[in-house]
Amino acid sequence: MDSTDFLINGIANAFSLIFNLNPYILSITGVSLKVSGAATLLAALTAIPLAFALSFCNFRGRQALITLVNTGMGLPPVFVGLFIFVMLVPAGPFGSLNWIFTPGAMIIAQYIIVTPIITGISIAAIKAVPRSIIETVYTLGGDGKETVIVTMKESKFGIITAILAGLGRALSEVGAILIVGGNIAYTGSVGGIGEGLSYTRTLTTAITLETSRGDISTSIALGIILITIVLFVNLLANAIQRRD
Amino acid sequence: MEIFRIENLMVKYGEKVALKNIDLIIQRGEIFALMGPSGAGKTTLLRILNLFEKPTDGCLVFEGKRLNGTHTEKLNARRKMSLLFQTPSVFNASVFENVAYGLKIRGADKDTIEEKVINALTIVGLEGNERQKARTLSGGEAQRMAFARAIVYDPDILLLDEPTSNLDPANVAKIEEIIMRIRSERGTTIVFATHNIRQVKRIADRVGILLNGELIEVNSKERIFAAPEDARTKAFVNGEMIY
Ligand SMILES: Nc1ncnc2c1ncn2[C@@H]1O[C@H](COP(=O)(O)OP(=O)(O)OP(=O)(O)O)[C@@H](O)[C@H]1O
Ligand SMILES: [Mg+2]
Repeated sequence: MDSTDFLINGIANAFSLIFNLNPYILSITGVSLKVSGAATLLAALTAIPLAFALSFCNFRGRQALITLVNTGMGLPPVFVGLFIFVMLVPAGPFGSLNWIFTPGAMIIAQYIIVTPIITGISIAAIKAVPRSIIETVYTLGGDGKETVIVTMKESKFGIITAILAGLGRALSEVGAILIVGGNIAYTGSVGGIGEGLSYTRTLTTAITLETSRGDISTSIALGIILITIVLFVNLLANAIQRRD
Repeated sequence: MEIFRIENLMVKYGEKVALKNIDLIIQRGEIFALMGPSGAGKTTLLRILNLFEKPTDGCLVFEGKRLNGTHTEKLNARRKMSLLFQTPSVFNASVFENVAYGLKIRGADKDTIEEKVINALTIVGLEGNERQKARTLSGGEAQRMAFARAIVYDPDILLLDEPTSNLDPANVAKIEEIIMRIRSERGTTIVFATHNIRQVKRIADRVGILLNGELIEVNSKERIFAAPEDARTKAFVNGEMIY
């Protein structure tokens, strides 16, 4: 088998896995969407109020928080994974919760990775609202509360973009969830490939595993799904930016 | 009856003095023109009247009360006014939403908003443009929309910063006519800034001449043009001032 055959067979098999809705692959996609979706949702619920607080309020520790957000935006996921792992292993401070190697642990790890990203991009979107818009609110008789409401409306597309950027980052993240999730599937095989249905195995962690054990077709199928989802998220973000 | 009284006011931006030694009384219901060359401090003075800028020194008395007090007191005072910027800023929304803003934050009901917005847009000649995105208006249209937005909630005091600078002669005449009509129908106090000497002649009752941050003369329009007290006023109104 030469290298072209190898590639063509791999891709052909990959498409057949996708179009036959292979349960192993579907379950992995489901876990990816659930974990990254939940983490992004929770992160957005924290990040957006935080971004407004950091932009509008002057409180003690504000500068420190901004520094933390900026650092957090570039935090290596593997480090976050290690940190959560140490917290959640049976011998660690939160070991008794039994959260290690569960989707919950993965959500926590991605939440920590994504929150600073959404916060940082939201702050930039809020900053991009011209000062003259805020001043206009005052000249028409508005107070501080109304300037916040108007800023929210004016920056809404930027903030949606921030959430989508966070989601994209979560979906393509691998280091942290590999460590805290354990890349687990149930025993047995479904559809003739892989193991049983996924428990904590996501598109990214499954690709690392399937590639390393030589199941290229499955890897390519997972890769196609991953890139399609991430591409869709990015297209959505672009469409929103164009509407603004 | 006086509505604003400014005493010994000074405004500094860092080291730069934008206004100094300002003493000025504005009467309720008058049309007062602030005239002066670019950079003289006209915008700054309007912002002070709108309680927008805090004076570095001196004080502002509004309706007989010194306003260095509470937030609510200032908010209540600001709610009676509107300030129209030299370069209007539009909200990223429809023309209707833009004009409705001042009514909405004052808690007006839907029918009142609908009626007043349409009325204000008709006054400035923008009826039919309600659904248009405000960002897509031309410069002159945006200025007229901002004018409608400033008058829609019938403020007692209208502060206008070069309200006709982007407009063609027909629209200048229209806005000037609206200014006069609002005052005669509602007794609105109007303070406007301008470089335009002919505009002052057409609509002002009294005039203040600002030069380098100082109010060099305040007088009735007739006095300012016929018998100015200050030689610099004379030079300015005759267009001889070099700036
Ligand atoms: N925020 C600010 N920071 C620093 N300097 C300022 C600020 N605002 C105004 N100035 C300065 O104060 C002076 C008065 O400005 P102002 O805008 O009141 O002038 P103006 O009479 O309205 O001029 P124009 O006719 O060009 O609009 C100017 O020299 C300006 O550069
Ligand atoms: Mg000005």
